[in-house]
Amino acid sequence: MTRILPSLTGAPRTVTFGAVLTVLALGGTFLLDPYRNFQLATIAATFCAAAGLTLLIGLSGQLSLGHAALMAAGGYGYALAANGLAGWGVDGVARFALALLAALLVSGLLGLLLGLAAARLRGPYLAGLTLALVVALPAVTAAFAGVLGGDQGLQVAYEGVPEALELLIAIEQWQAWVAILVAGVVVTTLAVLRRGRLGLRMRAVRDDDTAARLNGVRAGRVKVTAFTVSALSAGAGGAVLCAVTQSVSPGAYTLAFSLLLVVAVVIGGLGSIGGAAIGSAVIVLLPWLIGTLAAELPVPAEVAQRLSGNLSVLVFGALLIVVMLAWPSGLAGVRRRAPAVAARPQHPIPSVQQSTTETER
Amino acid sequence: MDRLAFLLATGLARGAIFALFALSLVLIWRAARIINFAQGAMALVATYIAFAVTGFTGSYAAGLATGIVAGAVVGFAVERGVMRFARHENPLAGVIVAIGLVMVLQSLLGILFGQAYRPMRAPFDESPLVVAGVPLLSPYDLFVLVVALAVMAGLAVLFTRTSLGLQLRASAFAPEVSRILGVRVTRMVTIGWMLSAAVAALAALLLVPTELGLNPHSTDVLFVYAFAVAVVGGLDSPVGALLGGLVVGVVMTLVTGYLGATVAPIGVLVLLVAVLLVRPTGIFAIREARSA
Repeated sequence: MTRILPSLTGAPRTVTFGAVLTVLALGGTFLLDPYRNFQLATIAATFCAAAGLTLLIGLSGQLSLGHAALMAAGGYGYALAANGLAGWGVDGVARFALALLAALLVSGLLGLLLGLAAARLRGPYLAGLTLALVVALPAVTAAFAGVLGGDQGLQVAYEGVPEALELLIAIEQWQAWVAILVAGVVVTTLAVLRRGRLGLRMRAVRDDDTAARLNGVRAGRVKVTAFTVSALSAGAGGAVLCAVTQSVSPGAYTLAFSLLLVVAVVIGGLGSIGGAAIGSAVIVLLPWLIGTLAAELPVPAEVAQRLSGNLSVLVFGALLIVVMLAWPSGLAGVRRRAPAVAARPQHPIPSVQQSTTETER
Repeated sequence: MDRLAFLLATGLARGAIFALFALSLVLIWRAARIINFAQGAMALVATYIAFAVTGFTGSYAAGLATGIVAGAVVGFAVERGVMRFARHENPLAGVIVAIGLVMVLQSLLGILFGQAYRPMRAPFDESPLVVAGVPLLSPYDLFVLVVALAVMAGLAVLFTRTSLGLQLRASAFAPEVSRILGVRVTRMVTIGWMLSAAVAALAALLLVPTELGLNPHSTDVLFVYAFAVAVVGGLDSPVGALLGGLVVGVVMTLVTGYLGATVAPIGVLVLLVAVLLVRPTGIFAIREARSA
């Protein structure tokens, strides 16, 4: 992207790049059939959460196993607000926007609370706390079954295509548009933060807490901010997923899903937003692909069922181990390494930007 | 009042198992500075093997013994095969590799045995003994308590009174110095993993018949609770694991008994948050040097 837009630098370039990619993705929906568009919307929603998580793990070094619960918080916030607004007769884009705000509020608050705890905790302790959070989610929804609907969860009213576009696009495509737009805004914001002061401070705190504090970085505040930002993006993802699937329930946000988000982040490359995009696509598409293949195999139905449920988890687990042991910078690292070698003769003095990308690993 | 006494007694038996599992996490933490998130899944592999052996021979003791040995073998395989290659400079690497291991082991068990629950029978009666008109522990609970306490006592003797225990502690606390003094540190780490995995397998074997039922995910809950126990006690402290286990066991049983099983995970979450906010490294943890 340096070569395409050499005159733009810093945040404006990131924003331009994000906007271009978003428009390209929006255009891409015309090439896909309805089911593919639904999958694309799911990927976009997952991408919001994965991008937030990759920022948290890769830059600030805090591992959260509870991001599914934060997505669920966004989903429930969205569903409650959307249903309330529907009762008052608000609908269309206004309802979506207001409900999305409510989702951000709920997930942001939860993230802030968790972040306050996280700022005091080191790696394994934080991982355990967030693990307990996601395990307790079904219990929470059961305890407040009156509001949250217990195991059934909540249903959300159908979000139709706006009249102006009704002749042009189908409902699945409209949902994909909404998901892509939200993901575009969320992820561009994350990318700007990552390049800016917050990103620098997060890396400083991750690499050496004490040195960062000696340089006047308030380590606790940086950690809390990182967790809250990451929770906000997870909440946005949960809200979009709720809007697309028209429901939210504890069964959709299990520990397994939380671990899948970690898989997406790790195979893409810790801290890399582009990697999180690839990882999100992989975790959405691979189970579907394996399920389709297993159904085609000439084996008894029971065996096929066992395979379709477990084979993708097996592949993901193996990927996680192999990538982490052999290739810790993930897919993004492969892409980053190749051009860096080629470009070196032209840039004898490494720019600040290059050296920061180096330390991200 | 009768109910309270019964719940307290059952809670102690259950807490002893949590303590045992938490102790296994503490063992690995002390030996390798890794929280082994795969501990539950590894113990489950051993439990499936024990289940098969008991089914084949008809003997509970044979199953139990095989299960513990299998646990140690799994620990050996995991340490030598995978964990050894995790980078130590990045503390997250070990955790993430362990998570990958959980996914691999659970899905393999799922593919081999399916998702159905298999009933695993306890070797003793599970109806409570009545003492002075008050129903208390069942014979099986008593068996669990005795086994758990005996194993913990055995481990305490091993670590404080034997040469192997000294070497294990030395290589955990000062690997470089120990290496200079001729301790085979890598071997000690492997032994630590084997011990830990065997203890975890025993804990799972004790809990599966009464509480969990055999299923590729049956130890998830055990892991989460035992992890809570280890954190509450302080990851460095075996005594913390023991006391924490008993406390969490009793609290959980009381919450389940009076408020229902669905609320129990919330109880654990609240306990974790409360303890971590007051003491971020657990109640019995050794104070670390100030960093800033």
